[in-house]
Amino acid sequence: MFKGFSHAVIERNLLLLGVLTLITVSIGGLAQIVPLFTVETTIERVQGIRPYTPLELMGRDIYVREGCYVCHSQMVRPFRDEHERYGHYSLAAESMYDRPFQWGSKRTGPDLARVGGRYSDEWHAQHLRDPRSLVPESIMPPYAFLDRPLDTSRIVSAMRTLRALGVPYTDEMIANALADARAQANPEADGSGLAQRYPRARQGNFDGNPRVLTEMDALIAYLQMLGTLVDFRDVTPEQLRQQ
Amino acid sequence: MAAMAAGTALRELRYVEGPIRAFAIATVFWGVVGFLMGVVIAAQLAWPLLNLDLEWTTFGRLRPVHTSAVIFAFGGNALFCTSLYVVQRTCRARLFGGEEMGWFLFWGYQLVIVTAALGYVLGVTQGKEYAEPEWYVDLWLTVVWVFYLVAFGGTILRREEPHIYVANWFYLAFIITVAMLHIGNNLALPIGDGLAKSYGLAAGVQDAMIQWWYGHNAVGFFLTAGFLGMMYYFIPKQAERPVYSYRLSIVHFWALIFLYIWAGPHHLHYTALPDWAQTLGMVFSIMLWMPSWGGMINGIMTLSGAWDKLRTNPGLRFSVTAVGFYGMSTFEGPVMSIKAVNALSHYTDWTVGHVHSGAMGWVGFVTFGALYWLVPVLWRKKGLYSERLVSWHFWIATLGIVLYITAMWVSGIMQGLMWRAYDELGFLQYSFIETVAAMHPYYVIRFLGGVLYLSGALIMVYNLWKTVTEVPRVEEAAVPARAVPAAAQ
Repeated sequence: MFKGFSHAVIERNLLLLGVLTLITVSIGGLAQIVPLFTVETTIERVQGIRPYTPLELMGRDIYVREGCYVCHSQMVRPFRDEHERYGHYSLAAESMYDRPFQWGSKRTGPDLARVGGRYSDEWHAQHLRDPRSLVPESIMPPYAFLDRPLDTSRIVSAMRTLRALGVPYTDEMIANALADARAQANPEADGSGLAQRYPRARQGNFDGNPRVLTEMDALIAYLQMLGTLVDFRDVTPEQLRQQ
Repeated sequence: MAAMAAGTALRELRYVEGPIRAFAIATVFWGVVGFLMGVVIAAQLAWPLLNLDLEWTTFGRLRPVHTSAVIFAFGGNALFCTSLYVVQRTCRARLFGGEEMGWFLFWGYQLVIVTAALGYVLGVTQGKEYAEPEWYVDLWLTVVWVFYLVAFGGTILRREEPHIYVANWFYLAFIITVAMLHIGNNLALPIGDGLAKSYGLAAGVQDAMIQWWYGHNAVGFFLTAGFLGMMYYFIPKQAERPVYSYRLSIVHFWALIFLYIWAGPHHLHYTALPDWAQTLGMVFSIMLWMPSWGGMINGIMTLSGAWDKLRTNPGLRFSVTAVGFYGMSTFEGPVMSIKAVNALSHYTDWTVGHVHSGAMGWVGFVTFGALYWLVPVLWRKKGLYSERLVSWHFWIATLGIVLYITAMWVSGIMQGLMWRAYDELGFLQYSFIETVAAMHPYYVIRFLGGVLYLSGALIMVYNLWKTVTEVPRVEEAAVPARAVPAAAQ
C-alpha cells in the first residue's frame, strides 16, 4: 500500500490491532460529544427554565417507565407545518434538566413538546384512561391503571440524586418535596410555597380526585407543563443562537 | 468405531464446542421469541385492543422487549456463537479459558437478556432506545463483556497462524467498540431506593448526542461489524472460495470503523442539537456509503467462479442475499441522512422500514446462512435434514421482508407528506389523527410480512431440530477441514 508499510505488521500483533482500533473508533465520538459540554452557547440563554416540581418529576418518571417516548417525540423541528401544528421549535434549554432526554425518534402519535395547556386536565384523564372514547381512530394503549396511589417514598431520593448530578434543587425544595407534591395536586391547598420555589407551576385537580395523590395526577401534571416554561414573546434571536 | 471415538475425543480436546452449540440453540430460540414479539406489537398498532388493558402488555413496554430480543438476544447469541467458533478455527487454538469460560459467557449473557426483559415488562427502564436496561443489568453485562474480550483475545494470542484472519478483526472491533459505547452511554447514578431507577450523568442535548453516538453504533458495530465478521468466514466457507480481495478488506475495515462513529447525529437532524454536529453527522453518513459497499463487494465477489452454488446451496443463498440487503440498506441510510430527505423521513415509518430491511434482510439472513452451515458441523451431521425446507424458509422470509419494507415505505412517505400538506387557503390539510387512520392498511400489511418472516423461522426450527435428531453422524475424517480459507495470507 504505502512504501515501507505492510499491514501484516498490524495483523500479526493483537495488541497493536486492538489499540489502533480503539483509537480509530474514539475520534468521532470525542469530536462530537466533548464540544457540547464546553461550548457555552450549546444551551440557549433564555429565561424561565426551572427544574421539575416534585410532582412533575414523578410524572416524568412514569412517562419514561411506560415508554411514551417510543411513540411520541418531544422535539418540534423548525418547519412551517410543525410551527402551525405544535408551536415554536424546541430549544436545547427546554430539555436541559431531562434525564434521559425524551426527544424521541418516531411519531406514531403527535409531538408532545408543547402539549402543556392545550387540553383540560379532565380531557387528559379521560384520554389516558380510554383514548378511543375521545379519539375513535386512536391506536394508543389505555392507561387506566395509573389511577393508583403514587409511590411518594422515592421523591426525596430522586431529587437528591439529581442534585448530585447538578440539578439546582435547594435544601428547601427537598425539605418541602412531599408537601409541594400534595399541594400541586390539590387546588384547595396553599400553593404559595410551591409557586415561589417553582415559578409557573400550576396547581390542578388533575385526575378528578383531590383526596388521593395518584400516578395519574403526576403524569398529567408533567404533560401540562411541557413546553410552557419559556415565554417566546420575550425571547430575542440573539438569545437563541447556538454555535 | 473405536478410532472414531478417539478422533472425537481429540477434537473435543482441541476446540471448545459445547457452549457454542448452546449459543446456536439460544440464537434460534431468541430469534423466534424476538420475531414473535415483533408480530405482537405490529398487531397492536393495527388493532389497539391487543394492548389488553394491562400495564405489562402495552406497546410502550413490549416494544423494548422486541428490539432487545432481536438485537441483543438473537443477534448477540449469534455473534457469541460464531465469533467463538471462528476464532478457534482460524487461529487453530482452543478457546482461552476452555469449556468453563464458554459456559460462563453463555449463562452470563442469558442472564443479561432475561433480567433486562423482565425489567421492561415490569416498567424498569432507563428510557434510552436500545439501552433500556437499568444500571444493575448494565454492570453485569460489562462483567460478561470483559470476559468475552479476554476469551476472544486470549484465543488469538494462542494462535498457531501468524496472521489474524480478517473475520477476527471485525469481531475484535465489535467487542472493543461495543464496550466503549455501552459504558459511555450508561453512566448513571442509582437513586439508591431499590434497584429500579437511576438518572444518567448527561442531560438534554448532551444526553441526546451520547445516546445516538451509542445508538447508531449499536447498528454500526453490533449489527454490522460483528456480522461482517460472520460474512468473512461463512461465505468463503460455503462458497469454498477465498475472500475476493485482501486489500479491499483492509481499506474497508479501517474506513468503516473510523467513519461509522461519526454518523450518530443523523438521528438528530433539525433538533436542538447544534447545526455543526448535525452537518458532521450528515457528511460522515454519506461517506460511510463507500466502505459499506466495499464490504458488500468483497462479500458478493467472493462467489466469483462459484455462482452456480447459489442454485444448489440454499444456505449460501441466504448469506449472499443478506449481503445484497446490506448493500441496499447501506445505500438507503446515507440517502436518509441527507437533511432535506430526513426532514420528510424522520419520525415516520420510513425509518422503521429502513431498520427492518437491514435487520431482517442483513442480520437475519446472514445468521440463517451461518446456522444452516454451522449446525451440521457442530453436531457432526452429514448435512441438513432438508435442503428443500431451507428453500421454503428463504422464499417465505424474503416475501415477508418485501411486504414489510414496501408497506413502510408507502406509509412513511405518505405520513410525512400528509403532515406537511396545506389546503388552498394555506391551512394544514390533515389533523394528526387523520394521518394515523391512513396508516391502518399498511400496518396490517406489515403485520402479515412479520407473520411470514416468523413462519420461515419456524420452518428453520423444525429443519434444524430434525437435523440434530435424525440425520446420521459423519465419520470423523469427513468433518470439514479446520484450516482457514486461503484468504488473507
